Formats: sequence, C-alpha cells, structure tokens
Amino acid sequence: MQIFHNPNYNFIRWRWHAIALSAAIIIAGAAMIATKGVPLGIDFSGGTLVRVQFDQQVSEDQVRKALDSIPGDKVVQQFGPVTDRQIMIRLPQTGTAEQGINLEQGSRQIEDALTKAGLPKFQILVRDIVGPVIGADLQQKGIYATLASILAITIYIAVRFRPSFAIGAIAATFHDILVTAAFLQFFKYELSLNIVAAILTITGYSVNDTIVIFDRVRENMRNKRREPLEQVVNTAVNQTLGRTIITAGTAFLSVLALFLFGGEALRGFSFTMLVGIVSGTYSTIFIASALAIILSKKPQTAAAPAAEPAARSARKQKGAKAS
Amino acid sequence: MNQNVVWKLGLIILVIGLSVGSFYLKGMNLGLDLKGGVHLVMRVQTDDALRVQTETTVEQLRDALTRGSIQFSKLEMKDAKSFVVEGITNDQGFRTAAVDADTVYTRSSGVGSYTYTMKPNLENQLRSEAVDQALQTIERRVNELGVAEPIVARQGAVDQLLVELPGVSDVQRAKDIIRSTAQLELKIVEQGPFGSEDAAKQAYNNNVPADILLMPGSGDSGGGTPGTVFYALRRASVVTGRDLRNARPSLDENNLPAVGFSLNGDGARKFGAATEANIGRQLAIVLDGRVYSAPVIQSRISDEGRISGSFTQQEAQDLSLTLRSGALPASLTYLEERTVGPTLGADSVRAGVAASIGGLVFVVLFMIVYYKLTGLNAVISIVVNLLILLGLMAYLGFTMTLPGIAGFILTIGMGVDSNVLIFERIKEELSGTRGARAAVNAGFDRVWWTIVDTHVSSLISALLLLQFGTGPVRGFAVTLIIGLLANVFTAVFVSRTVFEVVLGQRKTQALSI
Repeated sequence: MQIFHNPNYNFIRWRWHAIALSAAIIIAGAAMIATKGVPLGIDFSGGTLVRVQFDQQVSEDQVRKALDSIPGDKVVQQFGPVTDRQIMIRLPQTGTAEQGINLEQGSRQIEDALTKAGLPKFQILVRDIVGPVIGADLQQKGIYATLASILAITIYIAVRFRPSFAIGAIAATFHDILVTAAFLQFFKYELSLNIVAAILTITGYSVNDTIVIFDRVRENMRNKRREPLEQVVNTAVNQTLGRTIITAGTAFLSVLALFLFGGEALRGFSFTMLVGIVSGTYSTIFIASALAIILSKKPQTAAAPAAEPAARSARKQKGAKAS
Repeated sequence: MNQNVVWKLGLIILVIGLSVGSFYLKGMNLGLDLKGGVHLVMRVQTDDALRVQTETTVEQLRDALTRGSIQFSKLEMKDAKSFVVEGITNDQGFRTAAVDADTVYTRSSGVGSYTYTMKPNLENQLRSEAVDQALQTIERRVNELGVAEPIVARQGAVDQLLVELPGVSDVQRAKDIIRSTAQLELKIVEQGPFGSEDAAKQAYNNNVPADILLMPGSGDSGGGTPGTVFYALRRASVVTGRDLRNARPSLDENNLPAVGFSLNGDGARKFGAATEANIGRQLAIVLDGRVYSAPVIQSRISDEGRISGSFTQQEAQDLSLTLRSGALPASLTYLEERTVGPTLGADSVRAGVAASIGGLVFVVLFMIVYYKLTGLNAVISIVVNLLILLGLMAYLGFTMTLPGIAGFILTIGMGVDSNVLIFERIKEELSGTRGARAAVNAGFDRVWWTIVDTHVSSLISALLLLQFGTGPVRGFAVTLIIGLLANVFTAVFVSRTVFEVVLGQRKTQALSI
C-alpha cells in the first residue's frame, strides 16, 4: 500500500499562501492573548484547587451557593462527565505573604463550607495548594526551558546543516508553538505544567520532521548540484512526503488514544500534542522549507558547495559500504 | 541461518529477558499522582538559625562584659544576623572581651559603638546547616510516622525541602508533625505566674533584667488557653530538647494523657544539679515558646520528667514523636501542597493502561495495514522498545507518573517514526532495480544519520524538560529519554536483524512492504 505514488506536488509554490494562513492563526491567537491574557492553571498562578467527589449528584449551583461565604473569585466547575459526580473548586491566591497557615486556609474553608451546607457526603480527590513562590519559580523555569531547548536545537542544526536551515527549522518550531498556543487559547485550556511539557515535546518533534527533509535536501544536493535550491527542496519534500504523513499519522493516533482514554487529567496535554503534531507536519511541509529557501536566496550559489558539514565524510563511508 | 544473525538474535533475546526480568523482580515505582499521597514543598526559615546564633553571641558577650566590668550603655540584637553595642568607654578592654564574637561577626569601624554583622560565608554555612538539620529531623519524623517509601530531599532554591508521603490519608496530622518545631526547654521560674504581661513587667518595675524572660503559659494545673498567665523565667535553660534520650506517651497524676521523657547522661547531670539547688521553686516546662506546666520541684530529679497539658491521646503521641526526633533548627512554612486521593490514583492507572493499549492497537493496525508483513517487523520493534523502557525504568528505580504514561504512549507513536523512515526508504530503493536485500541494506544505511539527528533533537528538548518542573513532569521526561534511547536499538538493530532473518531464509528476494 502506498499513499503517494511518486508524488510531485509543487509545495514551494504555495509558500506565501501557507505563510499567510499561519500568520492569520497566530495573529488571532496573539490578539486573544493580548486582550484576555493567558489563562494560567494553578501550577503557575498559585492558589487553591480542591476536587471533590460527591456520593450523589450535586449541581455546580448548589456547590456555588454552599461556598457563598468565602470571599474572592471562586471557580466552581463540573469535572469530567456528570456521572463522575466530581466538582472542581478553585480559589485565587490570597495575599502575597508566605505564611504556612494562610496557605491551607482556603482549602479548609472550602471543606468546612461544603460540610455545613448539607450537601451529600463527599471525598476529596485532589487538593492542590500552590504558594506564590512556587508559581513564580515555575513560570520562570518554563520559559527558560522552552527557550533553552529552542536555542540548543538551533545550534545543533546550524552545526550539522547550515545556519539558514537552522533558522528555517527554528522558525517552524516557533510557528508550531505559537499555533499551539493560539489553539489552547481558542479552546480555553489553562496553561499547566503538563501543557508546557507537551509544548517542549513538540519543539523536539517538530524539528524531527524538519531534519528529515533537510537531510534529504543535503543528500540530493550532492547528486543534483546544478538544480536550483527551490527544485532540490521541493523534491526532498516530495520524497519524504509519505514518511512525513505516516509518522504524523501514527503519532496522532497514539496521542488520540491518550486523548480519548487517558482521563481528564491528561486531556490538556494530549490536546496540545494533537494540535502540535498537525501544526508540526504542516509547518514542515510548507513553512520550514520555504523559509530555508527564502533565507538561502542571496548566498545560494556561493553557499551550495560549502553546505556540507562534518557529517559528510562519515556519511560517505556509510554510503560506500551500502552500494 | 548465518552465524552472525544467530549472534544478533541471541543478544536481542537476552535484552528482552533482562528487561522482562527486572520489571518482574523490581516492579515499577509509581509516583504520588498514581498511588495517592501528599507532596509538600516547604521553606526552612533559616533566619531562625541565624537569630539563635546572634542571640547566643549577644548573651555571651554580655556575660563577658559584665565579668570584665566593662561599661556599655546598650547591647542588643538588631536583626537575625547583626547586633549593636553602644557606649563603650574602655575600648581596649572591650576588644579583648569581644574576641569570640569577632570569629563569626565583622565589626564596623568606629569608636565607642559598633555594629556586628555576621560574616557572609558563615551565614551561608549556618543556613545550609539549618536546612540539612531540618531535613534529617523531618526524615526521622516521617520514618516514625510509618510511611512507606517517603522522600525527603532538598529542592530548587537552597532553603527548600521536598517531602513526599505516599499513601498518607491524614494529611493535616502529617503536616503538623513535620512542622512542629518541638523546641523543649526546662527553665527555672523566678516569679509568677502573673495575670498578664503588664503585671509581670510591673513586678520588675517595668525594667525586666536581661537574664529574665517573660513567657506566656497556662496555669500549673495544665489546661487553659495559652497566654492566660505569664511567667518570669531565667533565660538560661536547665536542659533543652538536645539533652533528651527518649520521649513517650504516658499519663499524669490525674490519669490524663501526658508525655514522659528521660534525659541522657549529660542532661541528667545538669538537671540533677539544678533541681537540687532549686527545691521549692517552680520548674517551667517550655515547648515552642509556651509554658506547658510549671510544677514545684519537690526533690532532686535526675533523668525523668513529664510534660502535662490538656493533651488528647493523639497529641501526646505526636508530641513524643516530634520530641524523639529532635527539634527543628528553624521553623518551616509550606509553599506547596498537593494531595491525591488513593482512589484517584488507581483510576489514573486504569485510564493510562487503557490509553496505552488503545494507542498500541491503533499503531499496530496502521502499520500492518500499510506495510503488510514488514509492518510486523515494526510491531516487533515497538514491543521490544516498550519492554526495554519498562525494564530499564524498573531496574534504575525511576518513577512512573501520570505524565510518564503519556511519555510511554508517545514512545509508541513517535518511536515508530524511525521504522517508517527506514521502510519508506526501502520502498524507494526497491522501486529502483535493486533486489530486496540490497534495498534493505541501503534503506538502513541511508537513514542512519537522519535517525541520529532526529533523536538528538528530541533528546535535547527532553533533557531540558528534565530540568524543569516537579516530580510528574520529570517522570515524563525520564520516560521519553529512555524510550528514545531504546528506540535507536530497536528501530535499527532489532528491526534489521528481523529483516536478515526473513530474507536469509528465502532465495526469492521479494519483500512484503
């Protein structure tokens, strides 16, 4: 079976359309973030989150009423399917002081209020209390880890391939992060540790796809030096198209299983991965190579012969053995 | 079959055997999010330890100055790590008397009055020691609580500690036990009890001497709310918690729960001497800055004592536990608490297993439908990949967390990428004029560097992920990293060996791909 028989699509022709589409999504996401801000989960914002399971069905309103006496912006939400009888209650960070007793005050208030309100019996499934120090610390670490990861991968590609390719790959990665962020915003997912973990995984994944194409470009350039770079890149994209689609397909399928069966706690993670995989595949085909060409434009003739990094000799030996 | 292939097959079977064996024998560590329990991050208020040091130094200096009859108008602590002396007339004499303070503190220049500030290297050392001591104390307490496989470790910033208690249901009690400073001091009562702090001050004409300490407490019968009465105590303790040998729940004379304690040799000597010298006076039993009781000393007591207050049985038990484990050198504040109920953990494991099976089934079906028999080759390599992943995780004692399960599933979906890369290349080579064996060889060789590149880039992001985040996310990174490393072995070595076995048996070089 084969999806594509000797595909020969002219992807490079569509590069401006692709860039426009991506820009539209990213700008829409950015506009939403600018106006509404990124909704932060408790990992980053700090505060108190209690998830309880009632013995009998209880509505959000009943719980909200029971918690009326607690000041501040509370969030009361059904968690998972109604039949699970789980309610999630979240209180914002109170004060900035770091005081042991204050930290657990919120959760105690919630428990007391629920007990007194005469609701059915309940048990606490999750209680997360995150102080301001931890939240701020994680925010900083999350940003640092993402940027450091992108930087390290850029350097790796610049060394193994050529700098313009590194920029193409990294632009594609940024593209995927921004598109994913936009979709998280559209579907109102709160930024949690797990989601940041998913975003970091996507940086690695997205670059993988790009590397496969660039590797092929490098290989082709050795054989077809006379062809213009556009042609070489387009051929490489086509040659690897089957692999790109199938890989995306298997990754997508496995994450889909996680999304469907993995439970509520991993839904944010799997959603992020699903969007990232689709965006990563799209950006590999349309964005990374287009940018690599655009950026290689001027020094193209001069750069082509010098494009081979150290890996070439190693590869040559391998190739010699194979043929 | 060729000798070479037999050798490779043997190695693969050995690896599978070792993986399955270690998974069975060692079992998988489950994270708190999967087995339930509480995760606490706390800050050790290391300023407390500095304050004790400064307080002690100030008192010693006061002693030395008094003994040497050196005049001063003021000697007091400014903050946790500095103190001031004013009104010195005999500068030379003062310097000689203050020589001990100079080893720990830097003296400001000037004549007649000085500010002493703790030396930065000693300050850091003290802080670090306080954190270490707190860690050891908490470890002892947690062990006494009877929690299986607890974790107590330093984390992140220098003064933060992480405590993980799997399977603890009474979180509040665990937290109280960990946090209680359990600073026991026995002090001789000079005067009191007084009805209020002001009354106590008036007894000294509002000029309480430096060696007298006013402290709130309940009446000597025990009970009552804290702070109802005030005692004037001698500042110097007769014995402290450090002199304890043991502490255990007992009963007081009214048959109410109390805590009995015994002193070690050194403590018993000090206690014996002090009680002998103070028969008829009251002895204040001070715990964490509050007088619990102040019985009258009837006779010389050497090594036994009792703390009574209106304890419940549980409180008496917890107090003896904390006293046994020693005092915390500094108070603690909680920065983060995450509790997962045990039923939720079990649910998560079930969901994780379901999702893993679902993911595996999806990918296996896809590979077999798309690549036919060669798809089976990929399936073998995925399964071996997962077995090695589980085996290594178990062998190395890494912890499987909920996000770790996601990493496991990603290993299925993304690990197969290497197989796809190779198979697609083989297909391409087959469409040329090559035979199957040459095509397979070329497929593996051509794609090798691509596989290296993709794995390196994934490893980079996984390693940075390891630096970030707490237990669960770290579990994800670990799973991903081991999965990636195992994948190089399975997608390249295992898969190629399987091809060699298949192609080696037939002369007709057709490949079902």
